[in-house]
Amino acid sequence: MAEHVDHHAHHTHGLAHQFDDMAQQKESVLLGMWSFLITEVLFFGGYFATYLVYRTHYPIAFAEGSHELDITLGTFNTAVLILSSLTMAMAVHESHKGKKNGILFYLAATLILGCVFLGVKYVEYSAKFEHGLVPGLAWHPHGEHSPQLALYFSLYFGMTGMHAIHMIIGACLIIWLMVKTARGTYTAEYNAPVEVFGLYWHFVDIVWIFLFPLLYLLGRH
Amino acid sequence: MAEHHNSPTVGSYLAVFSTLMVLTAATVWAAFQDFGAYNNVVALGIACIKAFVVIVFFMHVKYASRLVWLFVGAGFLFLLIMFAFLMADYLSRGWLGAPASYYLSIQ
Repeated sequence: MAEHVDHHAHHTHGLAHQFDDMAQQKESVLLGMWSFLITEVLFFGGYFATYLVYRTHYPIAFAEGSHELDITLGTFNTAVLILSSLTMAMAVHESHKGKKNGILFYLAATLILGCVFLGVKYVEYSAKFEHGLVPGLAWHPHGEHSPQLALYFSLYFGMTGMHAIHMIIGACLIIWLMVKTARGTYTAEYNAPVEVFGLYWHFVDIVWIFLFPLLYLLGRH
Repeated sequence: MAEHHNSPTVGSYLAVFSTLMVLTAATVWAAFQDFGAYNNVVALGIACIKAFVVIVFFMHVKYASRLVWLFVGAGFLFLLIMFAFLMADYLSRGWLGAPASYYLSIQ
């Protein structure tokens, strides 16, 4: 593959000088992003491990906790995030063809869906403040398992909060990508930033895919 | 570019999306059923399938190099090691006769 491209390497738009060709550059960029995402897996893994330990010890309080959450809003947000993963995948798909308007359309759709998710999260958080379910800030004692329920809600806010921070960072990056796309930076040959950001966005979706059953669903029946 | 030959199509993305939505509906339905000891297994099993589908299709691991497969696999292997060793500790603490509350007291 390299022999086809080598003669033009110096003129290729978006090719950094340390790489032989675009294929090699893209391979490196994707592997770099995966390395970062693996550190993210283990970072969120710390939260999940903490959840696992306390859920095993206090199953009743954690079941009470999931009953306090709004399963309709949780399901709606899960659907919104999955749809945003589809639009993100489509944005990457369009970027492979270098279609500027296609990339812009699907990035905008992803951004809007991300904002819908955060808006619903705001509604949910507000309800928790109203019901006195925010440990440390607005906490009213709730029955005999109150201290353990506080643990559940500490984990709820820690995990969904860290997830929401990732969404906000993602939304900012989408705006940055849209500006670059509008300037015509991304072509059929050079589109790695869109693809790499896609990996990040799908990762954030996966974190939610686990948060949803763990926080909202377990202990419901 | 080799990767573009077997790049996913729009149709395959829609199929993946539909699968994820069906699995979401299934996990919500399952949450209101009582499978006894298998409630957690069902909920987390469906979540794992969803995550696998996202990783393989949306994140293009299916079309990526063996090196990417290795990286992704190593990441989840270490996650499992963390969970396994942590739970091997916490779940076995009561076995030696001391009450669990001695090791883990909240109040």
